[in-house]
Amino acid sequence: MAGHSSRKVLPGFDLTLGVTVVYLSLIVLIPLCAVFIKTASLSLEQLWNTISAPRAVASYRLSFGTSLLAAAVNAVFGFILAWVLVRYSFPGKKQVDALIDLPFALPTAVAGIALTAIYAKNGWIGQHLEPLGIKIAFTPTGVLVALIFIGLPFVVRTVQPVLEDLDAEYEEAAASLGATRWQTVTRVVLPAVLPALTTGFALAFARGVGEYGSVIFIAGNMPLISEITPLIIITKLEQYDYAGATAIAAVMLVISFALLLIINLLQAWSARHGRRAT
Amino acid sequence: MSIRVENIAKRFGAFTALGDITLDFPKGELTALLGPSGCGKTTLLRIIAGLETADSGRILIEGRDATKKHVRERQVGFVFQHYALFRHMSVFENVAFGLRVKPRRERPPEAVIRKKVMALLDLVQLAWLADRAPAQLSGGQRQRIALARALAVEPQVLLLDEPFGALDAKVRKELRSWLRQLHDDLHITSIFVTHDQEEALELADRIVVVNQGRVEQVGSPKAVYEKPANAFVYGFLGSSNVLEGSVRNGMFHTDGGDFLVENATGVHPHATAYIRPHDLAIDRSANAKGIAAQVRRILAFGSVARVELSGITGENHFEVEIPERDLTDLDLSPGNTVHLVPKSLRVFPHGEAGSR
Repeated sequence: MAGHSSRKVLPGFDLTLGVTVVYLSLIVLIPLCAVFIKTASLSLEQLWNTISAPRAVASYRLSFGTSLLAAAVNAVFGFILAWVLVRYSFPGKKQVDALIDLPFALPTAVAGIALTAIYAKNGWIGQHLEPLGIKIAFTPTGVLVALIFIGLPFVVRTVQPVLEDLDAEYEEAAASLGATRWQTVTRVVLPAVLPALTTGFALAFARGVGEYGSVIFIAGNMPLISEITPLIIITKLEQYDYAGATAIAAVMLVISFALLLIINLLQAWSARHGRRAT
Repeated sequence: MSIRVENIAKRFGAFTALGDITLDFPKGELTALLGPSGCGKTTLLRIIAGLETADSGRILIEGRDATKKHVRERQVGFVFQHYALFRHMSVFENVAFGLRVKPRRERPPEAVIRKKVMALLDLVQLAWLADRAPAQLSGGQRQRIALARALAVEPQVLLLDEPFGALDAKVRKELRSWLRQLHDDLHITSIFVTHDQEEALELADRIVVVNQGRVEQVGSPKAVYEKPANAFVYGFLGSSNVLEGSVRNGMFHTDGGDFLVENATGVHPHATAYIRPHDLAIDRSANAKGIAAQVRRILAFGSVARVELSGITGENHFEVEIPERDLTDLDLSPGNTVHLVPKSLRVFPHGEAGSR
């Protein structure tokens, strides 16, 4: 009878968990471990000197700073875009909807070249900004623009289905209870989409940190100013400094993991907090 | 507060949802908007609430034109069919919502909000659920919380869209009498939408029967049930048996015989007579006068038994309701041939508005 007592209503737990563990190990964990193992070939002093070099530190600041900022910008405008796509119907809506995914599909280098061409001193937009003293291409701002570009679909595509699920009835109920439009959005709509919005934010951020192709064209890659961490890693690899490259990579991994963990914890906290009486 | 709806019309594309409706909802009354689904009753309710705008016409609340007022300013409590409780808020916060969103000057202090919300939760007898999430409540409980939430802002008018539509039969019956009790205590002018004639008859002070964007009849439950204005109202307010025939000299002539008519005068070569199931008597004697029919099925449970029959001549089907005691006396079984005698019938001549 022992066999019967452990029978589950939904079978296949052992098998699927096994697949999950093996797959994650092969695809994610083992390659990531290799990063740390390779890093371990450095002495502590070498390691510290590599990861705390001024160029490296400046690049962390740029990579993580612009990624967070870009994800935040995308969270705001991605939400508005998703809102418009869900709540209103207008001619060309389908086309706009399809446009959202383009940054996914485009080779990132193409995006980088296109953005550079537009925002360079003699580009379509750049030439108008130049007299105003605004430089975008070959500055950290350029990095931000590129990261906003590639991160947009993540927010829109995570928020959109949740908004579709949120019946207009909830907004009508809020209005009939006397809530202004602003109160309805902040107290009824936003709390409902917040988990999706945080997920979109985290995805856009993660993509931004790892982004290489579109950024290096527009960034100008000036050491200490507009050089992103992935570029430092590539540079080290090209100089056959594998251990140095993996050391920087390990730092990126640890920071990214920590930030994503914090975002997840925030999400769990807000879900719990929201349900309780405030 | 009294409500007046004046010449309201609403179209959705080519579809006329409401065609020129004028109605009065007296102060303190509970009115039912009754009609089949898609007849425009919910649209009318939403227009009164301000959730929808009419193409033409006016809405007057207590004599003042509210047509251009936003739903926010109309001071109407609206209870949605699927409750629309805010999922991320506790029951308490849901009820408190309307108080918390008031402009700072009008917003009551926290202690007052707390007291008021708890009083409302007591009113709907669910104070013990204050800290729960809406997802943890049953349908009937959600409905009552939705009502408490609407009442929190002290609306002048309470509008309920199919308030019991999503509930099972037993809960529906309980809530019905509970809502009537609540209305008797509070006396807020209330309008509810329903497609369930039993609900409307049992609950409302007045019934407005709506069909295809038009008002068919307005009156007390007794009046619309006993004196339906037309065939549609008659058919919608209860099950009925249908006989084709003609009217002459106040008598309805049909194959089964001639019967006295209460409501028709004049001569109509083609008319339809309607008979409620409890207005048909079953006669087993061989020389009886009436419509010959054969017993198909007997459903005997409870105090009233239902007998289903089919006409011997023609394709007619009949449904008869008789007290269970009488059924025992008749000693019927399927296959028996009997005669049906109408005790009362209403005739709606063909060509009259609303007849089918």
